[in-house]
Amino acid sequence: MNELNTMTEQAPHSPERRRFVGAAAAVAGLAVVPGVMLYEVADARPEDQPASSAVRWGMLVDATRCASGCSDCVTACSTENGWTPVAQSEHPRQAPQWIRKLQLEDPLTQAQINLPMLCQHCAEPPCVDVCPTGASFKRADGIVLVNRHTCIGCRYCMMACPYKARSLVHEPLNDTQKPDVPRGMGCVEACTFCVQKIDRGDGTTACAEACAAAGHNAILFGDLNDPESEISKRLRELPTKQVRADLKLNLGVRYHGI
Amino acid sequence: MASITFREVEGSSLKYWLLFGALGLFVLFGALAWNTMHHHGHVITGMDNQIVWGLPHVFAVFLIVAASGALNVASIASVFNKPMYKPLAPLSAILSLALLAGGLLVLVLDLGRSDRLIVAMTNFNLKSMFTWNVFLYSGFFALVGIYLWTMLDRSVKSWTKTAGTAAFLWRLILTTGTGSLFGFLISRELYGTGLLAPMFIIMSFAYGLAIYLMVLAAAYAWTGRPLGDAVMLRLKTLLAVFVAAVLYFVAVHHLTNLYFTKAHAVEAFILRDGGAITSLFWIGQILIGCVIPLVILLTALGRQRAWLMIACALVILGGIAQMYVTIIGAQAYPLDMFPGFKASSSFFDGEVHPYTPSTPELFLGLGGVAVALLMTTFAVKVLRLLPVSLDDATVAKLDQH
Amino acid sequence: MKSLLALGAVALTTAALAWAGAEAQPKAGGAPVPVITKAAKGEHCVEDTAYMRRNHMKLLLVHRDRTVLQGIRTPKHSLKGCIDCHASEATGSVASAKEDFCVSCHSYAAVKIDCFDCHSTKPQRTTAMNPSHPHAASVSANVEEMAGVSR
Repeated sequence: MNELNTMTEQAPHSPERRRFVGAAAAVAGLAVVPGVMLYEVADARPEDQPASSAVRWGMLVDATRCASGCSDCVTACSTENGWTPVAQSEHPRQAPQWIRKLQLEDPLTQAQINLPMLCQHCAEPPCVDVCPTGASFKRADGIVLVNRHTCIGCRYCMMACPYKARSLVHEPLNDTQKPDVPRGMGCVEACTFCVQKIDRGDGTTACAEACAAAGHNAILFGDLNDPESEISKRLRELPTKQVRADLKLNLGVRYHGI
Repeated sequence: MASITFREVEGSSLKYWLLFGALGLFVLFGALAWNTMHHHGHVITGMDNQIVWGLPHVFAVFLIVAASGALNVASIASVFNKPMYKPLAPLSAILSLALLAGGLLVLVLDLGRSDRLIVAMTNFNLKSMFTWNVFLYSGFFALVGIYLWTMLDRSVKSWTKTAGTAAFLWRLILTTGTGSLFGFLISRELYGTGLLAPMFIIMSFAYGLAIYLMVLAAAYAWTGRPLGDAVMLRLKTLLAVFVAAVLYFVAVHHLTNLYFTKAHAVEAFILRDGGAITSLFWIGQILIGCVIPLVILLTALGRQRAWLMIACALVILGGIAQMYVTIIGAQAYPLDMFPGFKASSSFFDGEVHPYTPSTPELFLGLGGVAVALLMTTFAVKVLRLLPVSLDDATVAKLDQH
Repeated sequence: MKSLLALGAVALTTAALAWAGAEAQPKAGGAPVPVITKAAKGEHCVEDTAYMRRNHMKLLLVHRDRTVLQGIRTPKHSLKGCIDCHASEATGSVASAKEDFCVSCHSYAAVKIDCFDCHSTKPQRTTAMNPSHPHAASVSANVEEMAGVSR
């Protein structure tokens, strides 16, 4: 984890990073940091352009590669987004968890599956349907977010989410937020697909980076709309499932090995 | 039609002010509870990221449902043209307004950002059942307000039936909306059914009538005005029908689930293994809320005023238990994201979620009840809502016409 | 009972006076006026100072919706941009001490802001360390300009 910390702290400021990404686009396949390839360089959009529906961000989780006992993705998420890890929280039942490691066991066969569970970034999100103020919304590029300026903390989205992906901030945060990741007491929050990194042009998320850095490569992030993206290619090869596919919510996160 | 004299309650006795003060005290406690919750955040409540709606929602939804039902008596009088109920109608209307106000207050003060209420009033997502409820509540206030006006002001009296019918239809839609808050949720096994809408309507009939009967009897007993048995016994029979209907809907709901294998686990949780939730279901909701009241109401016991009041109180307590089971019970049972697998995580997946309401939550809920009763207490003092006499002779004269 | 109340009132008034007396802020006719510290970084603001004083909230509001809803994160007119330049040298924040940039003026104008219920009041550490933005050494208060009185 220390490796990852130094990595994020040394990351250049956004405009510089963006120019850097632009330069990287010229040299396709350049390794930015060891173990992390910039697969999605083609999706980097100019800073002053809105997110576009030409892109649909998504994630492929290979549960067969997800290591039991490893929670690097969870730690990386909490570091990137500034939420207190549940183990350090004084109120674990009320602590927000944007991503969590889920252990599954088949009671009949004792077969075990490990996987990270997070906001599935549905194409038809129930949380967006039920939100009275429209604070819960889906961005053009498929990322489901909470607009904290209009969230009134009614928690109806938490009632509606089939994945228990959302958390309410139960206690004051006392200015511990990251400048790029506003969070506040009384508002609901969830995984944002590291939207601040996406907008910066990183083309990946903290959890995917951490999983790759740990050598597991169980999380692949990218543009589902681009047939040439690494994630699209892998999705064509690997059989994957959507969690609660019966609900037909068309999820942005697909799992292999469940 | 025989004339009925309505008069304000004098409200200058020590007893009146004691009642007023006691209710005011609970309103104050409720305000303090809100202030504490607002300052410290929901961390001081028993709610967490698993049980996201707690005791305040139990009270709020109960009051909102009961509000619609409290209008029963007025609807029977104006919509179904039963002259005997006409003198009872104004209290019915004011009580329903007061209960709705109390319920909404609790709902709103339990928001994570209750300071941002204006946002809820200015940003609408029309696909949200909550948004529809905001319109339904506002419309209910307006329509019942107009209805009350037509009853109190002789110059607009001819509009009573129109206004009463509009209010009647609106409150059916309102409670459909309240039931659909839960009925339109796909994620939990106990919700996601259209049955919840009619079930909430019939629940509203029972709760609202029980509260109405208690308030009516209390108002007449404490002001020393005569209240005959004719009125009470008719309403008693009606209450028995409503309570039986609630029991019917609850049975159909659970029997449907019991038929579907996928819902067996959650039904087992509610009906057998749920600990406090199971006790609340069988003892609170079924025994106290339905069976005992039915026994009282359908036997000779119900002819005695004291027993009738006990039956009403039990229906109300059972109603709160039913709301608790409906709201908390459904959340306490873990979401089944991976059918066939046993799940575990740091986020309490795969476990039954415990919930212990905190003191602020309780007092916030009771504050809402107190607001409703305080508004009613004040309204009967300043408005001519209550007939001077409802003894059997007066009421009998009404029925002859 | 009455004497208790009176005692309480006296105690409160004394405390309030003592607090007001200890105020280090400059005053105009007895009322404390805001401390407006010149931004630590940069030559000038993204708009004229006078324009910003009247309209910063409108610019922020428009930019906030573009950022949240569309993902446009240009630094100009962004809250992060304000914080990057205006964070106080002493506290590193725009709103953690009474004399910090945002709080100082907003408490004077009695306009409650809830930006910092959710937003960090401090610039990103990486930018603070960025050598391309030399910190201005002098911190001067231009209270006169704002309040129209001399100190």
